[in-house]
Amino acid sequence: MSTAAKTRIVPAPPSTTTYDVQKVREDFPILRQMVHGKPLVYLDNAATTQKPEAVVRAMADYYHHDNSNVHRGVHLLSQRATESYEKSREVIQRFLNAASLSEVIFVRGTTEAINLVAQTYGRRNVGEGDEVVITAMEHHSNIVPWQMLCEEKHARLRVAPMNDRGELLMDDFAKLLGPKTRIVAVPHLSNALGTINPIREIVRLAHQHNVPVLVDGAQAAPRMRVDVQELGCDFYAVSGHKLYGPTGIGVLYGNAKLLEAMPPYQGGGDMIASVTFEKTIYNRLPYKFEAGTPDIAGAIGLGAAIEYLERLGVDNIEKHEHSLLEYATEQVSAIPGVQVIGTAKEKAGVLSFVMDGIHPHDVGTILDHEGIAIRTGHHCAQPVMQRFNLPATARASFGLYNTKEEVDALVTGIKRVSEVLA
Amino acid sequence: MGDLRDLYQEVILEHSKHPRNFRALESANHQAEGFNPLCGDHFTVYVDVENGAIKDIGFQGTGCAISKASASMMTQNLKGKTTAEAEDMFTRFHALVTGKDLKADLGKLAVFAGVSEFPVRVKCASLAWHALHAALQGKQEAVSTE
Repeated sequence: MSTAAKTRIVPAPPSTTTYDVQKVREDFPILRQMVHGKPLVYLDNAATTQKPEAVVRAMADYYHHDNSNVHRGVHLLSQRATESYEKSREVIQRFLNAASLSEVIFVRGTTEAINLVAQTYGRRNVGEGDEVVITAMEHHSNIVPWQMLCEEKHARLRVAPMNDRGELLMDDFAKLLGPKTRIVAVPHLSNALGTINPIREIVRLAHQHNVPVLVDGAQAAPRMRVDVQELGCDFYAVSGHKLYGPTGIGVLYGNAKLLEAMPPYQGGGDMIASVTFEKTIYNRLPYKFEAGTPDIAGAIGLGAAIEYLERLGVDNIEKHEHSLLEYATEQVSAIPGVQVIGTAKEKAGVLSFVMDGIHPHDVGTILDHEGIAIRTGHHCAQPVMQRFNLPATARASFGLYNTKEEVDALVTGIKRVSEVLA
Repeated sequence: MGDLRDLYQEVILEHSKHPRNFRALESANHQAEGFNPLCGDHFTVYVDVENGAIKDIGFQGTGCAISKASASMMTQNLKGKTTAEAEDMFTRFHALVTGKDLKADLGKLAVFAGVSEFPVRVKCASLAWHALHAALQGKQEAVSTE
């Protein structure tokens, strides 16, 4: 078995004090390319982020030198693989400020993290007539797992509404909570609108009813400091690939008390302490929830990504992206015929917009021709589109390597859309 | 990738802004929905078939310039055609937009040849045709391009 999952906070590397975005860009080889003869302007970071050289190298190093299965072999390579894998767990624990390593579970991504909670905590605690509360601004991944649960258990899915700016209506949210509520699931940062939700207040209200809160942190974790103990949430889900790490890996943070009481998610190797045909004793946390050989290289890559973010400084990244979003919002809003969708007071990273008489899909094609990658469509949040009575939006989303000049390119590109389709 | 002007030809832009037969048909005896989950395009195609021929045809819904213009020009070209001719035209249209046969005999619809240079837009151009096909086949469920 592995090394003990004891609490061990490793100090974070010192972050740089100044933020030199041109220097940061050198860490991302993929950004140095032309698209349709124009320099790539990558503004689809809410879909996935590019990977710094450090991440690619960490994963290649693992495969070149340490590849082996974890938690099993007595041989040296297996020990090295296990150490690297578990070191990533420590890095993540520090990044999210989880109270213990037992609370950091490797999963495939945010979607799997939410499904894990719905299928274990949910199936055990939600019964007929009970209620699950979500919000009107969810990504499909924080709707469908709960819908599946409610259907199976004959429970009810309640949806907290938002206003026209895309802000959660907290009075209505509070009113949805009651003796039937079994769990609350909310996004920290809306992927379609950019709204930052007041998680601490949501948690305070839910905990008054002894209801646990799951936070979909896929978009927030790459963009702001996340401290799960300070937020007070019971579950926090993140995706590695949105954190400048690889695809196929993510993390579920769970409060140890709740995790202990939950049944396992999947059965298999690694999640067991002993197996006979009569009875299986499950492994302790966090391994109880990690059946089968995990994505070892992915976990190592994610650890490297987070260390990279820490070296740049999460606060520096937040400040940089905030200034980009402010500048972009001002510039894009000023273009005639363009309307920004999602105008919450507290926003980060995401600028959704529509153009009069022009479908977002056409906006996407013409911008692509200018080398600018944005997302168009419903952003896996069809109910959000329905709320704003739109078939789709165009969405520019910013990352730590984007520049003011790229925002200018976006603005020029949007003006070009009007010209082409005039 | 091709030139943007090959995709957004004047006639396509004109149809997208002023779609023809953009209405629900009271007399329709065949209808079907087409849905592109990728971009949210959503059309309903209405067909009035009499003696194996398309007497009238209309469509409604929302979509990008390509999907709307394609639906509009499809309806314009199919009035009076037999259902067999319509299905045959769909086959040729599909060959055109996917670049398999850029010389397909399609008359005015040949302006959609530029789509073949933009693979992600093929579904936009063929959405209304898929819905038409479903309508003629009497399918009840909405067809999806995914």
